[in-house]
Amino acid sequence: MAGTAACAAMTAMPGTSRAENAGTDQPVLARVSFTMNGQRRDLELDTRTSLLDAAREHLHLTGSKKGCDHGQCGACTMIVDGRRINACLTLAVMHQGAEITTIEGLGQPENLHPMQAAFIKHDGYQCGYCTPGQICSGVAVLAEIKAGIPSHVTADLNAPMQVTDAEIRERMSGNICRCGAYSNIVEAMTEVAGNLTTRGPA
Amino acid sequence: MKSFTYERPGTPAEAAAAVSRTPNAKFIAGGTNLLDLMKLQIETPTHLVDVNGLGLDTIEPTPEGGLRVGALVRNTDLAADARVRRDYAVLSRALLAGASGQLRNKATTAGNLLQRTRCPYFYDTAQACNKRQPGSGCSALDGVSRQLAVIGASETCIATHPGDMAVAMRVLDATVETIDAKGTARAIPIAAFHRLAGDRPEVDTTLKPGELITAVTLPKPLGGAHIYRKVRDRASYAYALVSVAAVVQADGSGRVAFGGVAHKPWRVEAAEAEMTRGAKAVTARAFDGAKPTRDNAYKLKLAERTLGAALTEARA
Repeated sequence: MAGTAACAAMTAMPGTSRAENAGTDQPVLARVSFTMNGQRRDLELDTRTSLLDAAREHLHLTGSKKGCDHGQCGACTMIVDGRRINACLTLAVMHQGAEITTIEGLGQPENLHPMQAAFIKHDGYQCGYCTPGQICSGVAVLAEIKAGIPSHVTADLNAPMQVTDAEIRERMSGNICRCGAYSNIVEAMTEVAGNLTTRGPA
Repeated sequence: MKSFTYERPGTPAEAAAAVSRTPNAKFIAGGTNLLDLMKLQIETPTHLVDVNGLGLDTIEPTPEGGLRVGALVRNTDLAADARVRRDYAVLSRALLAGASGQLRNKATTAGNLLQRTRCPYFYDTAQACNKRQPGSGCSALDGVSRQLAVIGASETCIATHPGDMAVAMRVLDATVETIDAKGTARAIPIAAFHRLAGDRPEVDTTLKPGELITAVTLPKPLGGAHIYRKVRDRASYAYALVSVAAVVQADGSGRVAFGGVAHKPWRVEAAEAEMTRGAKAVTARAFDGAKPTRDNAYKLKLAERTLGAALTEARA
């Protein structure tokens, strides 16, 4: 759910919304506020702006990548209110009050997230274009398994979830890597999952 | 994408009223299908009514012993709900066989019922398509049709309903609850919710303009073995060529619906009388009158074999 979105309509502000532009190529503007990587952001955007374009073009957070722009490749994956989504297939204005994490929020060069460090260690990429999406998705996948969310390959829907190669591959199927680094991505995720286990329950 | 105005109403009735009074308005929930189609200008709404804040996101028991699933419950949450996993496993399995993890986190129960066909001729705006542009013709009839419908199709459209969830909902005899602009509620049996293409292929469902889905109700649990078996071109994240949703009782009786074969989830109750006689007998009746193309005739054999595998799995 979109955070505190139950508030009253935030339509269009008379005078600046240019509602008469609806149905044309000219923009209709609307305001939205959300938190991205811990920082509150207040934007006035063309209603057509995807969450991905809001991050890349308006907030200059270019880590999230535009691959297919149709939800097929996963390069745009962000974590919104704790869940991974395709940022290309959602509107920025639909995220009033949302808490959003992009690759820039997961870790920084001097302070890598364990999944980022594991991708480096295991060579989980070649060209790197899909990598921010792979890493955001990988972090969320381990959280989903930990939360007991089943997958298509889960044999027993009512048993505790396990981190297996088959589970990782199925759950990561929304992230395409044209370089074919998949087996190394599985290794990186497996290591992080192992580390999480040895740390004990959160 | 064409420009649009945007609003977030406070109640379901307000949302229905907003879409009813605004020309060319649409509801948006998860948006994963609608925004894709808007980018291609296959859908060109000039006003979007965002229903995400309406609170229709809970799963509650019904007095009849079933479950009432809010329209905004995400696919992930419905599939993972402990009651659904235990009592309606065919629905969990169908949801988990669909789309990707990212999409299931956004996609909603109501939106999934309303997803549009993935017929390549519907998506290609350079091609004739009666569903996209009524009266323009159907390039699929003489085109590449291996993914398309084998039964219940018409002279104007051979598109399929692409979903998995709705196939399981059909076998469970779910009910779709709606509200209209006047606040009047209505309950539509899932069997009467999706339409056959007929001569109006542009109309996918029996919803009236501005009518908003508020929930989907599941009857009390059926028991039995719950199987959802999906055959596709790759192991994950692809649409069904054929899918089978089956609930099979210990005595071999049961229910079955097929996905990927028709303009709606395909269930022929009379064919279920043959369940104890095996897959060949069931599919012979379920697909009686099928009119496959040269490209998709394989689906008839595939449906029989997929049901056969499902029945074997149910006995295991």
